[in-house]
Amino acid sequence: MSTSPSPLLPAVPHLIIPESEEPYLQGSRCGQCEAVFVGTRNVCSACGARDQMTPFALANEGELYVFSIVHRSFPGIEVPYVSAVVDLDGGGTVKGNLIGIEPDPEKIKMGMRVKTVFEKTDRKDAEGNEYLAYFFQPA
Amino acid sequence: MANDVYVIGVDMIKFGKFPDRTVPSLGAEAALLALDDAGLTIQDMQALYCGNLMEANAMVGQRVLQEIGQTGIPVVNCANACATGATAFREAWIAIKAGIYDVVLAVGVEKMAGAGLLGGGRKRKGIPTEGLLGSGTMPAVFGEAGMEHSRKYGTTFEQFAKVSVKNHHHSTLNPKARYQIETPLDEVMGAEMIAYPNTKLMCSVNVDGSAAAVLCSEEKMRQLGGSRAVKVTASALTSDRWTERDLTMPDVSTCTREAAKAAYEMAGCGPEDLDLVELHDCFATAEILHYENLGLCGDGEAGRMINEGEAQLGGRIPVNVSGGLLSKGHPLGATGIANVYEVCTQLRGEAGARQVDDARIGLTHVIGLGSACAIHVFEKQ
Repeated sequence: MSTSPSPLLPAVPHLIIPESEEPYLQGSRCGQCEAVFVGTRNVCSACGARDQMTPFALANEGELYVFSIVHRSFPGIEVPYVSAVVDLDGGGTVKGNLIGIEPDPEKIKMGMRVKTVFEKTDRKDAEGNEYLAYFFQPA
Repeated sequence: MANDVYVIGVDMIKFGKFPDRTVPSLGAEAALLALDDAGLTIQDMQALYCGNLMEANAMVGQRVLQEIGQTGIPVVNCANACATGATAFREAWIAIKAGIYDVVLAVGVEKMAGAGLLGGGRKRKGIPTEGLLGSGTMPAVFGEAGMEHSRKYGTTFEQFAKVSVKNHHHSTLNPKARYQIETPLDEVMGAEMIAYPNTKLMCSVNVDGSAAAVLCSEEKMRQLGGSRAVKVTASALTSDRWTERDLTMPDVSTCTREAAKAAYEMAGCGPEDLDLVELHDCFATAEILHYENLGLCGDGEAGRMINEGEAQLGGRIPVNVSGGLLSKGHPLGATGIANVYEVCTQLRGEAGARQVDDARIGLTHVIGLGSACAIHVFEKQ
């Protein structure tokens, strides 16, 4: 009997892992005011419209809006890491770790192009399930 | 205007670390100080508005009364993140303004000495995301907010650090501040980096503290002969209107600008009329944003404002002469009312070594992330 590895779970609900396609981040757009949200929802909090939200795949590329370099975190969390706020092409602002660049304010340029990458994380839940996370890296 | 509201008693305890005290006992101490300042007793109070965040499910207001007088009055317990104390104060103001009561008590209290890093630790299903999907810790969130200013206007790490130098200096003149220690620029910039661009000395201090105020109607104030009474000329509270990035990167500017606009309109004054401001310097980066958000300078001018010393005692518009959250300390539920204490003390001309000359109008501002912004304007009689 062959054992296939159990599938990775998404680290957050807006990370979608289709069975046979590449993972992506899910957003939704309001049909009335065109506001873009990360994840899905029923009511638009920008204009209050109901049942106007359409889910779509957020772009995998965008621009680094701002960042902070975290040197002190909670016990067990490896530092430093770059906390990045990224404006994705076509709408949607997402926070994530910026990797593949030195955590040095001189090296990280606000406005630089970044792309989303999806990688398995070492973090497991209490049941031992494994997770897929997303990161940003210079494009 | 009908039903003008006055502060007739206000005080705070010296902020610090009180491991052997309970939250209600700290709140009770400030309440008694404020009642003494007003020359009134708990029997005179018609309602209590109590601000506390970390025991928000535990009837703190009632427990304060259990320490100083269970008179059976209505008690409202308020929680609104870092705007908790100011929200309790505003609820008290609303009650007087509405003509429901003549004299009420507002208390703010928090025990959080040694609380460590805040934010980012929310329990969720699955795995923790702090440090995996960026950071939700407060120093990083406000670091990012500062970097937005930096991106727009070129604000530097050094300019942010100067805020801490100023506020720590002010606190050396305030015996009720947690710390009275000068921190030169090289020390602030060279301190342990917590989340760039905020070093440890650019983060507010987690302390235990309490503050309280007695508010009353104009009629009551006249009855009591309130020569030290300070008029509350505006109270404004906003939440976070939808803006493009707010749900990912809390927008503390829009809600502050909207509250400021409403407050100036209600008070019938503008930023140019202010003699001092106590604003929400939870991190050094935040103070820079709020100079512009409150209209103390034009957009893009905050860096120049801190460089030229305009916000220090003796400057054009002194900001956080109490030492601010950075050095006086930031006990969440007490902070908003401690700000009221500072402004009223200044307007009464009782601020001693840190007195702002001829202070007539002052403004208090807090931001609770998530978000709530409360602004009050006070005027000397």
